[in-house]
Amino acid sequence: MNITKTEEEIALLRENGMLVSRTLAEVGRHISPGIATRQLDSIAEAFIRDHGAVPAFLGFNGFPNSLCISVNSVVVHGFPGDYRLEEGDIVSIDCGTRYKGYFGDSAYTFGVGKVSQAAELLMQTTRESLFRGIEKATAGNRIGDIGEVVQRHVEKRGFSVVREMVGHGIGTHLHEKPDVPNYGRSGQGKHLEEGMVLCIEPMINQGGRGVYLERDGWTLRTADNRNSAHYELTVVVRKGKAELLSTFAFIEGEDINKVSD
Amino acid sequence: MPKQSAIEKEGVIIEALSNAMFRVELDNGHVIIAHISGKMRMHYIRILPGDRVRVEMSPYDLTKGRITFRYK
Repeated sequence: MNITKTEEEIALLRENGMLVSRTLAEVGRHISPGIATRQLDSIAEAFIRDHGAVPAFLGFNGFPNSLCISVNSVVVHGFPGDYRLEEGDIVSIDCGTRYKGYFGDSAYTFGVGKVSQAAELLMQTTRESLFRGIEKATAGNRIGDIGEVVQRHVEKRGFSVVREMVGHGIGTHLHEKPDVPNYGRSGQGKHLEEGMVLCIEPMINQGGRGVYLERDGWTLRTADNRNSAHYELTVVVRKGKAELLSTFAFIEGEDINKVSD
Repeated sequence: MPKQSAIEKEGVIIEALSNAMFRVELDNGHVIIAHISGKMRMHYIRILPGDRVRVEMSPYDLTKGRITFRYK
């Protein structure tokens, strides 16, 4: 597995990225109070399979579902289940695909109905920090440059960065080198080269940064039981400006059917 | 889906073993065997019993670690 990808590989990763983005939008349309998270999982699985791909998380290290659905204080890796979404919940949906031997991976945090102002700010800040991190994903920069801007942006608002989980490279495996932490110091860590494909994914807690793993071995929850948000995009490191391989455009307004594939 | 990161802990060297390995007592009381990172070896950073160090561990084997930093 090469750390930088060829243009052919990037094209395949882009197809995956687009499918993941559209899957998230499809799931997002169904998010409303009363729906069970298990239903969202089936919607995503059907959508991914209809497009000739395979859900990447299903069976990954034994994960039992196609989506990670993490409600409120669950940071990441929540199981879909019988829980029915309630007004005011914030729910992070993390989705992955495998298509033509390559992987796609993205996540988005949705508000269910009307959410509190504090939750809104948390989601907005996390999303902003992701895009600040992406701005730093350019050739010649270092991994630490990404981590520092993400950390600085969220800590300015009094939120905290989860350290136990990190972003990662992606390609023919779901997790590849390098690790992309959401904290750090600029000028440190690996150099970024053109053609590296990274998943940048800040996981941001409203309260302290402490988390614990539940007994099921997957569900990661905040220690103080306050909310946590999580956004993720796949990007290619380029000279000058990173290129997005997945997008939130389908979720945030654009018509899902308008874009041809 | 995010990846599990390496675990970072701090501890104190309690014994120097052969082959640049050390027994380290972590702040949480666990005692592990740790070796010096290659970068520290390259720069001839010496470590003695009693030194406070930062240790990186993999979530898969919690009995071994890598010393990545010696505090002054």
